[in-house]
Amino acid sequence: MNDAIVITQRDTVFMKDVDAQSSQKVSACYQCGNCTAGCPASFVYDMQANQIMRGVQLGLKEAVLNCRSLWMCLSCSTCSLRCPNSIDVAAVMETLRHMARRQNRITVPNVEKFWHSFLDTVRVCGRTYEIGVMALYILRSLRVFTDLDLAPEVLKKNKLPFMPHVVQNGGAAAIGRIMRRYKERAEREGVRP
Amino acid sequence: MKTTVAYYPGCSAHGFSVDYEKSTQAVCGALGIRLNDIPDWNCCGSTPAHAVDTELSAALCVRNLDNAVKADANELLTPCPSCLSNLRHAAKRMEDPRFRARVDELLDNPAPAVFPEVISVMQGIARRFDANALAERVKKPLKPLRLATYYGCLMSRPAEIMDFGDPENPTLMESMLTACGAEVVDFPLKTVCCGASFGIPERAVTARLSGRILALAADMRADALVVACPLCQMNLDLRQKQAEHAADAIFAMPVLYFTQAMGLALGVPPGRLGIEKLRVNANGLIDKIEAAASGSTAPVEGSRP
Amino acid sequence: MRIGVFICHCGSNIGGTVDCAKVAEKAALFPDVVYATDPMYTCAEPGQATIESAIAEYRLDGIVVASCSPRMHEPTFRRTVERAGLNRYMLEMANIREHVSWIGKDVESNTNKAAELVAIAVAKLRGNTPLHSKSFEVNKRVLVIGGGVAGIQAALDCADGDIPVVLVEREATIGGKMAKLDKTFPTVDCSACIVGPKMVDVAQHPLIALYALSEVEEISGYVGNFTVKIRKRAPYVDWDKCTGCGACSVKCPSKKTPDAFNEFTGVTTAIKVAFPQAIPKKAVITAAHCRQMSRGKCGVCAKVCPTGAVNYDMEDVIVTEEVGSIVAATGYDLMDWTVYKEYGAGRYPDVITSLQYERLLSGSGPTCGHIRRPSDGREPRIIVFIQCVGSRDRSIGRPQCSGFCCMYTAKQAVLTKDHLPESQSYVFYMDIRAPGKMYDEFTRRAVEEYGVEYVRGRVSCVYPDGKGAYSVMGVDTLLGRPVEITADLIVLAVGIEGSRGAGELAEKLRISYDNCGFFMESHVKLKPVETNTIGVFLAGVCQGARDIPASVAQGSATAAKVLGLFARDRLENDPQIACVDMRRCVACGKCVRCCPFGAIEEVSVRDEQKAHVIETVCQGCGLCAATCPQGAVQLAHSTDNQILAEVNTLCRY
Repeated sequence: MNDAIVITQRDTVFMKDVDAQSSQKVSACYQCGNCTAGCPASFVYDMQANQIMRGVQLGLKEAVLNCRSLWMCLSCSTCSLRCPNSIDVAAVMETLRHMARRQNRITVPNVEKFWHSFLDTVRVCGRTYEIGVMALYILRSLRVFTDLDLAPEVLKKNKLPFMPHVVQNGGAAAIGRIMRRYKERAEREGVRP
Repeated sequence: MKTTVAYYPGCSAHGFSVDYEKSTQAVCGALGIRLNDIPDWNCCGSTPAHAVDTELSAALCVRNLDNAVKADANELLTPCPSCLSNLRHAAKRMEDPRFRARVDELLDNPAPAVFPEVISVMQGIARRFDANALAERVKKPLKPLRLATYYGCLMSRPAEIMDFGDPENPTLMESMLTACGAEVVDFPLKTVCCGASFGIPERAVTARLSGRILALAADMRADALVVACPLCQMNLDLRQKQAEHAADAIFAMPVLYFTQAMGLALGVPPGRLGIEKLRVNANGLIDKIEAAASGSTAPVEGSRP
Repeated sequence: MRIGVFICHCGSNIGGTVDCAKVAEKAALFPDVVYATDPMYTCAEPGQATIESAIAEYRLDGIVVASCSPRMHEPTFRRTVERAGLNRYMLEMANIREHVSWIGKDVESNTNKAAELVAIAVAKLRGNTPLHSKSFEVNKRVLVIGGGVAGIQAALDCADGDIPVVLVEREATIGGKMAKLDKTFPTVDCSACIVGPKMVDVAQHPLIALYALSEVEEISGYVGNFTVKIRKRAPYVDWDKCTGCGACSVKCPSKKTPDAFNEFTGVTTAIKVAFPQAIPKKAVITAAHCRQMSRGKCGVCAKVCPTGAVNYDMEDVIVTEEVGSIVAATGYDLMDWTVYKEYGAGRYPDVITSLQYERLLSGSGPTCGHIRRPSDGREPRIIVFIQCVGSRDRSIGRPQCSGFCCMYTAKQAVLTKDHLPESQSYVFYMDIRAPGKMYDEFTRRAVEEYGVEYVRGRVSCVYPDGKGAYSVMGVDTLLGRPVEITADLIVLAVGIEGSRGAGELAEKLRISYDNCGFFMESHVKLKPVETNTIGVFLAGVCQGARDIPASVAQGSATAAKVLGLFARDRLENDPQIACVDMRRCVACGKCVRCCPFGAIEEVSVRDEQKAHVIETVCQGCGLCAATCPQGAVQLAHSTDNQILAEVNTLCRY
């Protein structure tokens, strides 16, 4: 026998969960593919947007939540704008990404590392600053040569301040508290912060 | 009701888009629009926050909105479409009481009931100066320039949140630049994504997407792309070499902020617009404008290699 | 009164969730009920026989049937009781299927509710009195609105059945959309060549009066006796004198007039005959573009006309026609395709509609049948067809399939290859809907013999690539990949809607229409050409998407309905109408003003003004009865007393 997907063994509640969390109706998708046709990131997707929608419809939870595409989505929402069935596909993608993260399914770690590097600078300074994000990201991803080619230009144009711009008057601390509460709540609820 | 404006510069204003900030301040100054920073403003969380959690993203935004309310503002201007999108999304999502309760848990004090309206600086200028009013203030018309406008994907989408005109074909920037005397091309890719925040983690994506936009602008014989987003500007300008490399082509396309283009038209000295910060040299454009303004009829060559 | 009650099982449709025997048992105890039973299928022959024999055996003088909606079978049971010697209006129905068994599963509740509905029906029946119809004469003439192929067929078939026809066409020529098409699927025969002779038949038929460039202004009356006001728009040419020679348009200096017949793919002269095979073949002036009429100086056409037919001072004329029946065959228009901003619809010149492409293919079109791009007149090499533009798109409120786009797209792709052998066509489709005779075979030929490349997926956007062509960003969902095509010309298969002004016409005809402007038939399956206004019939696409053979068939079907209606010399009205109690009437005139049918007039009775119902015009809607402050107007069989009896009965439960 071939390795056909036994669709009778699908996860029948998956689509309902996705519908509920995204406030969308995935069953309205009739597979025209418009989302894929307009997706600027489709060329780095392992599962195209319409295939993800189909996967959700069929309850192929493993395949969908483990796919790389969730992490490569640019959130440009072209798919949502042009969906003939008015499905907010970008919201479905974001919902799936949140679901995957909460279950510690990090298929493209570098993207998440970048996000965390960004949020770490915000946590400390209240604002983000590029050198800090880059440094943290390089540390996390071990991608030492990331954007090294840009360095001479950036330095020449004096575009990136080396010192962080810290929010004054206790603002930075306030942001720190928001981040702490968020992290504590996530841990309490057993999801990945 | 009297309109009290607050200003949210966004983090990049103090970083790689310092030229956007400079030119925004210069243009608003020239037009008499006072930009008072929200006291103590913080990062809106940008893409990483909402990619991780919408409640966290909203909490970061709401703190800014709260501070704006405390400063008695009922209109909030921001130059950055990403900040605009996050702030507007947060305000919208807070209409859901359950969402609001979850966000309040993260904040020091509960969010105010009513938020100021958040609009882009571009809209803020347009509300106060229609095309005629702008045209009256133009000192150096951008007549010799053929410009392609680029809004990026966030400014007009989703339409029901952003309320920025036709999401497929916004035209606000065109009307402003036309008022400044420029020839504006009907640029079809004006709302197609440039690669957004993937410039760092997945630069190949950004190089290819930006390359497409730059190539079309070049094919349409635009003298420059005019943008309204710090991230788009970085991808199209600072990373233009990466895009050229990916496309195996030379674009040499200056990428100006719309405030820089407007500033030139309003007669603001280029030094106050941060033009020198652009990676792709835009001095040729300035020469053309100056030549036209001083009545010189000699064609200026060499503005684009 | 001796009442018989029949509780229908409708097989398991009602019997499955209603205890019919129990309902009958309860009904037997209701006032005046002397007999109650529960047949399996009351509408079937044995069921009807049960009613007839019960009427005889128990000397019944009123019948209640509790079954389905009266919409379908009330006429059936009226005939049944009539056969058994009762007045046909001594029948009431209780709907225990749509209102009970189909909407609830709890047998006990359903049984109780069914019994209550039967009790109401019994209470109402007790107030019924025998009613008798009035008969009136039928004016055996028919009005056909719309001269497309469906209207032409209806007109010709009626006229061949010796019925005089008034055919009203809004445009300057009949022929409709079919006259604009180059070829027809699946035979690829010339559209104008097959509809042309039918158009000529219309012109030559002695029983057809054709009003072209005309619109229905006002309709009053009722089946058998409609009065129709028709506005004949001024063509500024005396058609009695015009010979259609065309000398005027040759000399007309205003050559930039938008050409509506060619779907604005080209320009034409301000005075012209619509197209060479036009019926009537008469010239018309487009006033807005005529130099004489807009600027007051020119007059060239008047000078060159050999018969002196041009008359710039002509005005619209209203004519009145009396007819007994009306056929609406108003066809369709393309939906507003410019909402597709992502395709640059209306923004980029080489993104055109399928109907525009039809004109480019046509030998009588602006390019004489040579396919050329509107932007630069170049022959396209790569042509992309996008289907379902404005169909199956809920996001713009067009969820329905437009029916014939799959087939004409295949046809256009085949013709493209015939015209331009070096060309390559791509068709973006979601599903190929080709259920007609030889239809699917035709689409396969397009692929296999003509090399048309079908790509399964929608297109996200189209934009100019800066080098004179267009990038079409699509997807091949079978491949699971986005695909991009650099195309020279893009043809959008634009979805359809009821023709411009369909809603206003529907209101004049007092028929229903849906939110896309399509007229509603009386019953989707069993009365597909009738409407809810008796005597008004529907033919062609005005009712919903259909292709040419189906439109022609429906045109003939309406003719059969008209001929059937006119087979009788007199018609009977429905006597369930309003009547005025003269003693109570204070002549306030409220009923006269609220009647949507103009069925109430004020008459003088012994020097007093009183309201009076014109029995053959009243439709029994009851607005007047509800409006009358004196309770003077009562609707037969829905009198205030009967309604109160129903309410009182229900309140007892």
